[in-house]
Amino acid sequence: MRNLRADERISMELRKLYRQYGYLPYKVNQFEEYDLYMRNKRFLTSEHVLAFSDMDGKLMALKPDVTLSIIKNTCDSADTTKVSYAERVYRVPRGAKGFKEIMQTGLEVIGRVDAYAMGEVLMLASRSLAMISEDYALDVADLGIVSGILGETGLGDAQRARLLSLISDKNLHGLKETCAQLGVDDRTAARLCSLVTVYGPFDRTLPVYEQMDLPPACAQALRDLRAVLDMMTACGVKNINLDFSVVNDMNYYNGLIFSGFVCGVPQSVLSGGRYDYLMQKMGRKSQAMGFAVYLDQLERLFGQQRDYDVDLLILYDADAAQEQILAAANAAVTAGRSVRVQRAGETQLRARETVTISGEDT
Amino acid sequence: MDRLINVALPKGRLGDKAYGILEKSGYPCPEMKEDNRKLTFENEEIGVRYFLVKPSDVAVYVERGAADIGIAGKDILLEYKPDVYELLDLKMGCCRMCVAGPKDFRDDPAKTLRVATKFPNIARSYYSALSREIELIHLNGSIELAPLVGLSDVIVDIVETGKTLYENGLAPLTEIVPISARLIANKASFKFKGDALRRLCAQMERTMNL
Repeated sequence: MRNLRADERISMELRKLYRQYGYLPYKVNQFEEYDLYMRNKRFLTSEHVLAFSDMDGKLMALKPDVTLSIIKNTCDSADTTKVSYAERVYRVPRGAKGFKEIMQTGLEVIGRVDAYAMGEVLMLASRSLAMISEDYALDVADLGIVSGILGETGLGDAQRARLLSLISDKNLHGLKETCAQLGVDDRTAARLCSLVTVYGPFDRTLPVYEQMDLPPACAQALRDLRAVLDMMTACGVKNINLDFSVVNDMNYYNGLIFSGFVCGVPQSVLSGGRYDYLMQKMGRKSQAMGFAVYLDQLERLFGQQRDYDVDLLILYDADAAQEQILAAANAAVTAGRSVRVQRAGETQLRARETVTISGEDT
Repeated sequence: MDRLINVALPKGRLGDKAYGILEKSGYPCPEMKEDNRKLTFENEEIGVRYFLVKPSDVAVYVERGAADIGIAGKDILLEYKPDVYELLDLKMGCCRMCVAGPKDFRDDPAKTLRVATKFPNIARSYYSALSREIELIHLNGSIELAPLVGLSDVIVDIVETGKTLYENGLAPLTEIVPISARLIANKASFKFKGDALRRLCAQMERTMNL
């Protein structure tokens, strides 16, 4: 294990964790029909898809996302499926000018997503973050609250999206201004502003929302959050915050959504939520919830410099006996050391120990 | 982890003004006022490190976590849409993002409108909301020159007093959005240095309202 890169090691540990909770490993094709992504463009974090023509002229894509493929390959049934995956995806990271291969590990529950399933997914999300770093934070929100409040405004989609993006930026001054511009009534404006100002540890923040005067449409969301909080408290999961700046496209997501951070990585490394609407768009009746962990960011977190490239460096010259070199190399490897054999005079690696074998020795 | 608050300030007048507020809010760093070529300035006692960067780069430093917070113009936030929190409107560096052109300009919808700008994303989204087809000409400076020499029909640019425009026979035609400086924060820093950042933000707000 010690020779694995940090992202590979964590990916293995995560898969083991998911497996322990009965999320069966799922393998999806590396290629997918381009059309799948075009139909669900806004579900993707970036609209760019790496496409190419297949042998029969069909337009294919290197997958930028795993969830869509998993849904496509599951059919509606009365049973609940729990799967986990570790896949490479290809997308253009924010602000970047080209595609990047990203290692993504995650899980999905498809079928019936009840209070237990929501709690389990959230617990696994927080355990995943804890595996990366003890200093982590999982921000949870429920889109039911936001849409319950926005539902009373009678605003159109574009205006709702504007308000949502201000909430996501924690932009209180902008939110107040925009509410005034759009003619949102004072009570609703105050409720929206509280979504920006009231956040923090789950157990302290949820009671504040429960006491708040929220529209009846928020009741289900509050019940879901309470159920999840009680489960988290019972299993001793820490570092969970209620924070409504976590938002996602309401055309795909509903209910719980969350986003995870670890100290030392500037962007979120985990994101997930409940996406029943995506299921409906893809013609499925089942409910679904899941999350993905992005491992490409972790390089920086574990990027400590190694002092040595190898344990033993064996240098040999033109006259050295090959049997002798090989024997020395094999002896080191058998003893559990790493070894590099190279001609004397070439650029050397940094080694704990260096030995020279020359023809004169024989 | 680094427990200092890293602050990216824009070089120039806006940065000086923003530092003025920070200084009054209890985050002084005497080194900043010395005439030297240092790139970073630290006050360990108070736990703050400042650095001066090109104004349009502030959001990059903050989004990527090299700075926990920064002061950036709303124009930059609209143009680059960085994934950061926008915590405070500092109500300084105020100006307007405008469409400007020859004083007597009349848009001819039969032609594609040629728009020169330093802010292609703002210009594109403004005109696409109007369903107006445009040809974007991305320039890096002296935008006002473009309509004068026939490079473009109009420009999309920041207008403060409009003096340069008027002196060249141009005028602001439509205001797209008002601009001012904003306090922005990295999303992850806000989780792990939350208390310190919230305190700083509250202090700045108090200083501004004095």
